[in-house]
Amino acid sequence: MTAPTEPPLLRVENLRVELAGPAGTTAVLDDVSLAVRAGRTTGVIGESGSGKSMLAMAIIGLLPPGSRTSGRLLLRDEDLLAVADRRRRQVRGQEISMIFQDPLSALNPSQRIGRQVGEILRRGGRSRAEADRAAVDLMAQAGIPEPERRARAYPHQFSGGMRQRAMIALALAGDPALVLADEPTTALDVTVQARILWLLRSIQDERHMAMLLVSHDLRVMSHVAHDLVVLYAGRVCERGPTRRVLGHSRHPYTRALAASVPAVHTTSALAAPLPGAPASPLARPSGCPFHPRCGLARDRCATEVPVVRQIAPDHFTACHYAEELEP
Amino acid sequence: MTTALLDVRDLRVGFGKSRRPWRPRGHRVEAVAGASLTVGRQETVALVGESGSGKTTLARCVVGLTRPSGGTMTFDGTPLPPGTHRPPALRRAVQMVFQDPRSSLNPRMPVRRIVAEGWAAHPSAAPAGDRTAAVRDLLDQVGLDATVLDRRPAELSGGQCQRVSLARALALRPRLLVCDEAVSALDVSVQAQILRLLVDLRRDHALSILFITHDLGVVRQIADRVAVMRAGELVETADAATLFDKPAHHYTRELLDAALDLEVSEELPVSDESEARR
Repeated sequence: MTAPTEPPLLRVENLRVELAGPAGTTAVLDDVSLAVRAGRTTGVIGESGSGKSMLAMAIIGLLPPGSRTSGRLLLRDEDLLAVADRRRRQVRGQEISMIFQDPLSALNPSQRIGRQVGEILRRGGRSRAEADRAAVDLMAQAGIPEPERRARAYPHQFSGGMRQRAMIALALAGDPALVLADEPTTALDVTVQARILWLLRSIQDERHMAMLLVSHDLRVMSHVAHDLVVLYAGRVCERGPTRRVLGHSRHPYTRALAASVPAVHTTSALAAPLPGAPASPLARPSGCPFHPRCGLARDRCATEVPVVRQIAPDHFTACHYAEELEP
Repeated sequence: MTTALLDVRDLRVGFGKSRRPWRPRGHRVEAVAGASLTVGRQETVALVGESGSGKTTLARCVVGLTRPSGGTMTFDGTPLPPGTHRPPALRRAVQMVFQDPRSSLNPRMPVRRIVAEGWAAHPSAAPAGDRTAAVRDLLDQVGLDATVLDRRPAELSGGQCQRVSLARALALRPRLLVCDEAVSALDVSVQAQILRLLVDLRRDHALSILFITHDLGVVRQIADRVAVMRAGELVETADAATLFDKPAHHYTRELLDAALDLEVSEELPVSDESEARR
């Protein structure tokens, strides 16, 4: 793999997000750092409670009211956590846009698709007629057949795959430098999923766009993400180039996750399952949050929070005993 | 194999129009359009297909939650009437585990009542002695300890809820378990636990399983036979090994081609050229 020379488009540094709840504040993300480069996809993988969706929401600035954020979110060299609300809104939609998992609840049900896409274009100062025409173009780029006719349809008239394409057209309308995709294909059938993933990839190449892909599906990640960040209970377990993280993992959680994925094209024995359930940030275990489920845990793991450290070029891990995990 | 435990012949389910004379123009949809399927004794049959293919509708007919409009179902040699007309012994013998573990459990009931609830409707399956001890034993079989007895579904994790669903089904000593996407909503690390549990339970309780899923990886791990459903019809039914290695129907091949595996090789992620073949 050639080393990327461009500086990262987005750098997340020591991000911490606290949400207010009935039982006080909970740190749903703690000390999360990662980078996303133009033309590349960074995958964020985790199970429920890992904070992966919160990470996307923190980047785009749509965290629930009452949440507290610290650390830095550097888009080029501008810290998005320090800018004024007005600038933040400008960044959202124009520089950073988002593709949500459930397009039916993300699209306006009472507005024609073409109008919704055009609405964003009009923010760029175009007339309504120009915006409508450009919306049809965008819908065509998102692979929607007969875009002129489809632009006049409402979201409920679209199939799941078509709605996700409409969502993609909407996300592209502001010509963003970074697209956040939160489980973009999870609700879709496999045959449609493959087409949507390929579409996202080709659009990314064409526009040299950076993408942050959030998913629980390691299979999808292994095919589309250049870099991978593994989250567990709001903390980074391991991150680095996808091939290294999956092929030479230096964290027991990543290894267990990979072993739990059943294979389709080869026969595999039933995986030896991890005990217990994913830890919740509400009741994050002491020390390494993964230690109660880890087969290699020792006394130190229950008391000392592991620091995310570099173990190979671009490869970071948060396991105390990463050196002993040589493949 | 002698006679199959479950024999479904030419099952048809139609929705719409028929009983709505005031909407004559509404068109009728055949969710299941003549499907035939057998499940042998202690066999796990996977029913796979994409959304809208009719797999859940077929499952609901087997359990008796949906009334088919045509075809026959036979259970262990005796005809299996549609749900409401089913004798208790047959209703008890076929139990279902649903996709969403939380919404399929009564949120107001503690686990001990959820598991024991079926015994009120089926006294013949109820234990003779101490019911709490019987519930504890069932929970133990699904890998839960007695501390969950007085908890309600909201206080349990998704995996624990699905274990409770399994205990509730086992309480009635079923012979056929119908699992509708029973592991799809679970985290992968928990999914592996439940799959392992299903394999163990099948062995210990001599169960047959009709396993409905869209995940071919899961199918490969637990199914003996696989039926592929598309637009209400079964396009291919074969031994799991045959289906995965030599799929006969082009739709099965299409599904297999679209299914991704975990890619761990040192190469770069799939290039556009190779992906364009999909």
